[in-house]
Amino acid sequence: MVKIEFLGPIGKAPVEMDAATLADVAKKLQEDGTLKEWLPKCAVALNDTMVSDLSTPLKEGDRISILPPVCGG
Amino acid sequence: MMELYHGPLDVKEIFGRWLDEEAESNYGAYIPFVGTIRAEDGIEALSFDIYEPVLQKWFDAWQQKAKERGAVVKMAHSIGDVPVHTSSYVSAVFSPKRRVALELIEEFVEDFKANAPIWKYDVKNGKRIYAEDRSTPMDGSGLLA
Repeated sequence: MVKIEFLGPIGKAPVEMDAATLADVAKKLQEDGTLKEWLPKCAVALNDTMVSDLSTPLKEGDRISILPPVCGG
Repeated sequence: MMELYHGPLDVKEIFGRWLDEEAESNYGAYIPFVGTIRAEDGIEALSFDIYEPVLQKWFDAWQQKAKERGAVVKMAHSIGDVPVHTSSYVSAVFSPKRRVALELIEEFVEDFKANAPIWKYDVKNGKRIYAEDRSTPMDGSGLLA
């Protein structure tokens, strides 16, 4: 199982799922209507490192963070 | 060095302390930047969420970039509510000569706005409203869409 956390204003509780790659996570999250507006503008971190490749392999206990648009300062 | 505080920043204390920290480091230039909350659109305050583990990695990467140019970057940011006319963000670059510091402060502050994992909310009538129209998708956004 991997854990998905939704940061900042998304306001959604974490979910757990079985996934071998980030592509599996994408497929499952796309089925969630509440994320439809968020996913196109969110970046992704795997165990707190930013990632950019859907084929990234996942292992048991990985944490995936979904980061919506930012505005510091 | 990166510092996070709950509520508004004590700008004078931070800049004074940073000046003292580098007093003997032989830097010829010290360029501070202060971000102050402006009163506009009827807001009482801005409020911030931060994801510290990714922010720390982002900042560490900038420390390394600065080091390669002989410079040091520092920053402090607020978590939670920050009233208008107070400050939520300060940063600074120290470098041996002015040119590197002038360039770095611009690159650092601009990348901070685009890629530091911090979320801003307007506070109106005690309610937090996500500042969606002023927010920027981080590099690599849309991967899961």
